[in-house]
Amino acid sequence: MAIEILYFAWVREAVGCDGETISPPETVIVVADLLDWLSARSEAHGRALADRGRLRVAIDQGFAALDAPISGAREIAIFPPVTGG
Amino acid sequence: MIEVRVQAGDFDPGVELDRFGSLGAGGIASFTGLVRADGDLVAMTLEHYPAMTERSLRNIADQAAERWPLSGIVVIHRHGRLVPGDRIVFVATASSHRAAALESCAFLIDWLKTDAPFWKREEWADGRHRWVEAKVDDDQARQRWE
Repeated sequence: MAIEILYFAWVREAVGCDGETISPPETVIVVADLLDWLSARSEAHGRALADRGRLRVAIDQGFAALDAPISGAREIAIFPPVTGG
Repeated sequence: MIEVRVQAGDFDPGVELDRFGSLGAGGIASFTGLVRADGDLVAMTLEHYPAMTERSLRNIADQAAERWPLSGIVVIHRHGRLVPGDRIVFVATASSHRAAALESCAFLIDWLKTDAPFWKREEWADGRHRWVEAKVDDDQARQRWE
């Protein structure tokens, strides 16, 4: 099933786009698998997503851990730790 | 009354506090966050995740309402390009108990710093740009409420 991927802040700048529609293979089960799979899409993706400690992920607008399953997700956002307030 | 607003435009803390007066609470606590005048900082742009922002602020406000006896909560957060001295964020809580108002106000600002999807990008006078890094202090401030 197609998933909308969104990138924010420096992750967006490093990947070079603010989002993309993807259809990952069935071997992509959890968030960490998705980051691995996205990293292989281009050199820019690889660089942007290399340091997992500096990334946060939200599945359908709620924070998700690296081991959270992505099954059924419609929108997955990848971004740095937040700095509002 | 729980009110959450995410907006580009400015807000008037005085007007917000006056509106609280009609709730009949004994006390109102508030916090207003501004863009710090930090040497050669020219501006700060706040990016956010529109589909998630209001929902996360509402969730934070709901948690405050569960933990303290509050008659009102207002959370306002701006996005877009702001210059030093501009207001960024406003939190106000009303309660018949001063401790509830003061504590819940601190709780809200600590939580929104770590849980609301905003990112600050600084512009400096020499043309440099820099994404603000999240602070360990902010995570610690949030953890004291758990």
